[in-house]
Amino acid sequence: MGIFKKKKELIYTRPSDASTAQAFRHGDTTTKLSFFIFGLGNLLNKQIVRGVVFLLLEIGYLAYMISFGFKSLGDFVTLGTVEQGQTYNEALGIYEYSMGDNSMLCLLYGVITIALTAAIVFVACMSGKSAYATQFRKERKMHVPTFRDDLRSLKEENLHALLLSLPIIGILVFTIVPLFFMILIAFTSYDHEHQPPGNLFEWVGLKNFISMFSTGANNLAGTFWPVLSWTLIWAVFATFSCYILGMLLALLINRKGTRIKGFWRFMFVLSVAVPQFVTLLSMKTIFDINGPVNILLRDFGIIGSQESVPFFTNALYAKITIICINIWIGVPYTMLSTTGILQNIPAELYEAAKIDGASAPTIFRKITLPYMVFVMTPNLITSFTGNINNFNVIYLLTGGGPNELTYYYAGKTDLLITWLYRLTITQKDYNLGAVIGILMFIILATVSLLTYRHTGSYKDEGAFQ
Amino acid sequence: MKTKRFIVNSACHILLAVLSVIWVLPIFYVILTSFREEGGSYKSYIWPKGFTLNNYVNLFSGDNSIINFPKWFMNTLIISIFSTLISAFFVLCVSYVMSRLRFKMRKKFLNIALILGMFPGFMSMVAVYYILKGLGFLETGVMKQIALIIVYSAGSGLGFYMAKGFFDTISKSIDEAAYIDGASKWDTFIHITIPMSKPIITYTLITSFMGPWVDYIFAKVIMGQDTPYYTIAIGLWTMLEKEYINQYYTQFYAGCVVISIPLLILFLMTQKCYVEGVGGAVKG
Repeated sequence: MGIFKKKKELIYTRPSDASTAQAFRHGDTTTKLSFFIFGLGNLLNKQIVRGVVFLLLEIGYLAYMISFGFKSLGDFVTLGTVEQGQTYNEALGIYEYSMGDNSMLCLLYGVITIALTAAIVFVACMSGKSAYATQFRKERKMHVPTFRDDLRSLKEENLHALLLSLPIIGILVFTIVPLFFMILIAFTSYDHEHQPPGNLFEWVGLKNFISMFSTGANNLAGTFWPVLSWTLIWAVFATFSCYILGMLLALLINRKGTRIKGFWRFMFVLSVAVPQFVTLLSMKTIFDINGPVNILLRDFGIIGSQESVPFFTNALYAKITIICINIWIGVPYTMLSTTGILQNIPAELYEAAKIDGASAPTIFRKITLPYMVFVMTPNLITSFTGNINNFNVIYLLTGGGPNELTYYYAGKTDLLITWLYRLTITQKDYNLGAVIGILMFIILATVSLLTYRHTGSYKDEGAFQ
Repeated sequence: MKTKRFIVNSACHILLAVLSVIWVLPIFYVILTSFREEGGSYKSYIWPKGFTLNNYVNLFSGDNSIINFPKWFMNTLIISIFSTLISAFFVLCVSYVMSRLRFKMRKKFLNIALILGMFPGFMSMVAVYYILKGLGFLETGVMKQIALIIVYSAGSGLGFYMAKGFFDTISKSIDEAAYIDGASKWDTFIHITIPMSKPIITYTLITSFMGPWVDYIFAKVIMGQDTPYYTIAIGLWTMLEKEYINQYYTQFYAGCVVISIPLLILFLMTQKCYVEGVGGAVKG
């Protein structure tokens, strides 16, 4: 056992690489105390600046907790108890409002306090480890780094800490904390009837998830399943139509007999270069009831002069129109990326096949297609998940319409993502929106984790280094 | 055999011609309508009765207090310049660290970034909105613009994959040579890696620059009804609303053309960088 311990100690090349548990186990009293009185080990060993920084962080945290934090944790559990009061003041003839608790702020401050606590636990570990590192060096009569050494290490072995600190703070504050907050909202009754500051909302456990999957009045299964199935149908059609047609187009342009290849490519790339929302907004007007497409159809006598094709107002037409417009947008992208791949297929393969007397269709089936599928699969997955999340196309073209009365604030072309938008922004049913967000995450995570981990770029990222 | 090949070739060319007409026609319609002389929205014909430059002139005169294209243009320009600088800096830092430095939390960070990327982007939007409100960012229009810059750039560190892929292709032996010559890792980053990464820096700069021009949703949520502080995307959308469409229909198309041209140029530049970036920076 003793040998084992010794070995473990030697494994890490630098004392700062020791894990928190190792630092606690092997540390002396000062080191162990440093987990609770931050910076103690550093202060006692003349690392004044480092110790003071640790200590100040702890004092700041404690001051925050005493003045505000403990109360906010309590509020986080109850989500507020005092409802906003409303009394009629007869002398002035107005309603007077008494301050109540704001459940939303209770939740938000609770999340912030939890985040700060997590941060301070992290700092505690850092403090303990730092104390252990100092102890370790002192025991071995090694040089104990001064503050200047610490600063210098930021340019060397701790460069990652220097470069990552700002981006990570940004991600924490504007991605992780909000996400955590929204996940919590899925377990509350924060809907249009419980809007702070007028009303309180409370924890309801899994109620929102249950109502999402059960049928009957006030339940959402009747909306959720149709929207989900359209989302999946849309994602499959949108992904594969662009993929297959784009590939065919690339083949058509790249085949031997085709002249002026550059010109054809340019004609299609033009539409890629126009910003997507411009394309979508123009398409919306072009396919309008009175838009140019309907006018053309009338001029050619395909429909009567007063009739119009309901491109966006009939559910089935709208779905087909959206998929077609998406093809218009997506095919040039696929064409661009497949062109590169096509040109990379080793020419020897084709020559060998020709010598063996393979016909053109056979060559395509046995060489071109497998190669393309192999290279494009990761791409296909990202575009599939991208299409599940494709907010712009639906929102800017139809806004989810035509609306369906039997649905809960959704239209026939609404995807989960646009339904989420409607529920939160228009309808203010934040809890239901959050539930949908979590469900979407589960769908996307399964799809991408199953596949992403098998791609080459994840497995051997260092292949080129 | 020869005639057969001729027929196939002609068929292919005809097909390509038809397809490119389909692809170019909508763009042509946008350009055509932007020069249309008669106002109003939808017409019962396609070819304009007369042509004029007035749509462009009016667009930039900015005489209307609500529809103010030049102001929106400047708003978007300012927002995108600031958010570009911040997010390009973040992306470069994160991608360099992930590609070059090995430290304990690295694999964890990569996995967390992957998972975070799977949540629908604006699921957190509502919470971000309240956080910004709580911090007092949504009081005045200018503060809202700062809020928008923060929103566009704060989480950008997560979009490091492309640049990381680029750094992965730079040979490690260059770094090692620098270490042997006594350079610190920081010096290597600043004086060796960055100058060698011009294509990917340009790519990062341009893609983050284009973000605010094409984002609709965050801008709309944060700006609300504050039309003077709108960005281009929500501004153009406003032009198509029922109360404005009749007067601004043709100007909307003019606006589309005006902002498409610079974005088109930038896009073509990214394509160039993209190809160079994927092709690798250093050979041998």
